Amino acid sequence: MKIKNIIITFVSAIAILFSTSVASLAKVVGDKIILGAAISLTGKYSSNGVHTQNGYNMAVDRINDMGGIKVGGKTYKFDIIYYDDESNPKRAAQLAERLISQDGVEFMLGPYSSGLTKAIAPVTEKYGVPMVEANGASRSLFTKGYKYLFAVLAPANLYLDVAIETAVELNGGKGVRIAQAFEQDAFSQDVRLGILDAAERTGSKIIIDDKLPKELNDMAATLAKVKAVKPDVLVVSGHTKGALTAIRQIAEMKVDVPMLAMTHCDAAKLSKQHGKNSQYALCASQWHKTLTYKDDFFKDGMTYAADFEKLFGYDPPYQSAESSAALLVFKDAFERANSFDQKKVRDALADTNMQTFYGNIKFAEGGQNVDKPMVLFQVMCDDAGKCENKVVAPLKWASAELIHPIPKWSER
Amino acid sequence: MLTLQAVLDGLLLGILFALIAYGMALQWGVMNIINIAQGDLVILGGYIAYFMYLYGIHPGWGVIVSPIIMYFVGVVIYKLVINKVVDRDLFISILATFGISILFMQLMNFAFGADVVLANSGYGTTMLFDNSVTLPNSKIFSAFISIVFAIGLVVYMKKSKLGRAIRATAQNARAAKILGVDTEKVYAATFGINAALCGVAGALISITFTIHPYMGLPYTIRSFMIVIVAGLGNLPGVAMSGMGLGVFEEFADYILGTEFRIGSVFLLLVLILVYRRFKLSRKREYLK
Repeated sequence: MKIKNIIITFVSAIAILFSTSVASLAKVVGDKIILGAAISLTGKYSSNGVHTQNGYNMAVDRINDMGGIKVGGKTYKFDIIYYDDESNPKRAAQLAERLISQDGVEFMLGPYSSGLTKAIAPVTEKYGVPMVEANGASRSLFTKGYKYLFAVLAPANLYLDVAIETAVELNGGKGVRIAQAFEQDAFSQDVRLGILDAAERTGSKIIIDDKLPKELNDMAATLAKVKAVKPDVLVVSGHTKGALTAIRQIAEMKVDVPMLAMTHCDAAKLSKQHGKNSQYALCASQWHKTLTYKDDFFKDGMTYAADFEKLFGYDPPYQSAESSAALLVFKDAFERANSFDQKKVRDALADTNMQTFYGNIKFAEGGQNVDKPMVLFQVMCDDAGKCENKVVAPLKWASAELIHPIPKWSER
Repeated sequence: MLTLQAVLDGLLLGILFALIAYGMALQWGVMNIINIAQGDLVILGGYIAYFMYLYGIHPGWGVIVSPIIMYFVGVVIYKLVINKVVDRDLFISILATFGISILFMQLMNFAFGADVVLANSGYGTTMLFDNSVTLPNSKIFSAFISIVFAIGLVVYMKKSKLGRAIRATAQNARAAKILGVDTEKVYAATFGINAALCGVAGALISITFTIHPYMGLPYTIRSFMIVIVAGLGNLPGVAMSGMGLGVFEEFADYILGTEFRIGSVFLLLVLILVYRRFKLSRKREYLK
């Protein structure tokens, strides 16, 4: 009996030793730094999940091809373990747990969407795993005091801030009358909070404040109200469904507003799906290929877009660009930390201050990027009906002049 | 004018919902099956119209092509799954159709991608009272087509041999069988007709709203509510309750705000159910 006990203890000791050694090996295997990512490859976020994955993959290949990451005098290459989170927050949290405790991943890349990032962040925080995420913009991610979460993108409350400021500026510095409709989800409600702040700051008045239900794709009632009260700015945010519905119904109901600002035009392929009806819509974007930020890996936005298209066959949406930027941030942090110690890498991430093709990156206390303003582009169409997105604000990056006020439907 | 706009918007929306509920009422009445996959059949029908649009065919033709394809989809679903649960209790059928719903969502996501899409009909807008009331022609088209199909179905049920067989089966399946009705065929046809109606509604939704693989459930819930309010086997009631709910929703939106739109519809449902129960309890007779 005694001998049996000894054998069991011995075998389990070896098993534990083996499993921990596998775990610690997984972080850096040979010359590879293994990152973990749970991404929506199926389910309702799968399109954007794929954009995210393509962005990650392109950056991994580019960094590896251009000499890799130098830590402690040795050169390493990036590798990513992916799991499919099925667009489900619970599954995402389970997979983060699995990546960390079973696969031994010590550094994570973010999933797609605020909701899934919110599900994963408590797990990475618990294990002290630094996570650089590129697709979770909800303000609530950055007010929880997370120490290991870093987002390369601007928080959601800044999405349409610029639009209100531009409208006020065009109104001679006087406040404007705003009508707004936001879906009832974390992200859109954060965008709404940003508008409320901007309205207060600029002395603007909110005259319609509708919350769109997630289930319904009909905005007719809101738009009828807009027609009746004639606001200066109409703001809509409800992911791709909201953007597509708004444009369709604004065109059908001939709603005239001097300024229409919205989110997710890029992801909704607004100008492709609606053509000329989407003309003059102002869209908030994290990135646009015509911005002139530069780095050593992708050069600039235009080069990035061209390379991306060559690889994947489509124009990169900002979700891909920001995902690529996350890898550049990790590389920079590893080299500055000159170590794979999670604490040291975390501190190096916190001290990040760099420019990438995607924009400047510098993290605030809460982990959000405070050095990259949002840009606004306007959908502009030529007579043949071909539409393009042109950056119009902030002025520094503008490639076209803002058309304001939007011509009335009767004059188009 | 706002009131008129609300009433018209509500009516047009309600008629479309009523069409989906029509199919649900029919197969619920005949087969005693609550089809959770109803909304997913609608979305699949929408994709058929969308793909026609992508290939340069006007999506309006979807109201003819989509029901034909969907009829066969419905019959296949019946042969594979529904015929195994048709005589079982309601719970089993709910589970089975729930499974079909999940399967459809995933398959559509796999086949068509997760993007929100729509088909542009280019029908334009009807403007009334100096542009103060606007009605998208696509919605008017939807309502018109829905009414045509609904009337067509009622006439078909009354006049055709299959329609009579369906009604006989709904009244008493066993008796119908004894009298020589092939109930198996009747069930398959009923499910097919339901799927075809969903196909029409889907094609209309793709040109009036947007479609997405995971957007089916709200349509299931809405049609379920319309049927509950109208009562089973009451086809004119379904049309009335569909339009009534549509108008009620629009007004709730105006008066209470968009965020209470769905909530107020559910509140109405609860009130109607409580009222029904109250009425029933007064009718109840006891053996002494």
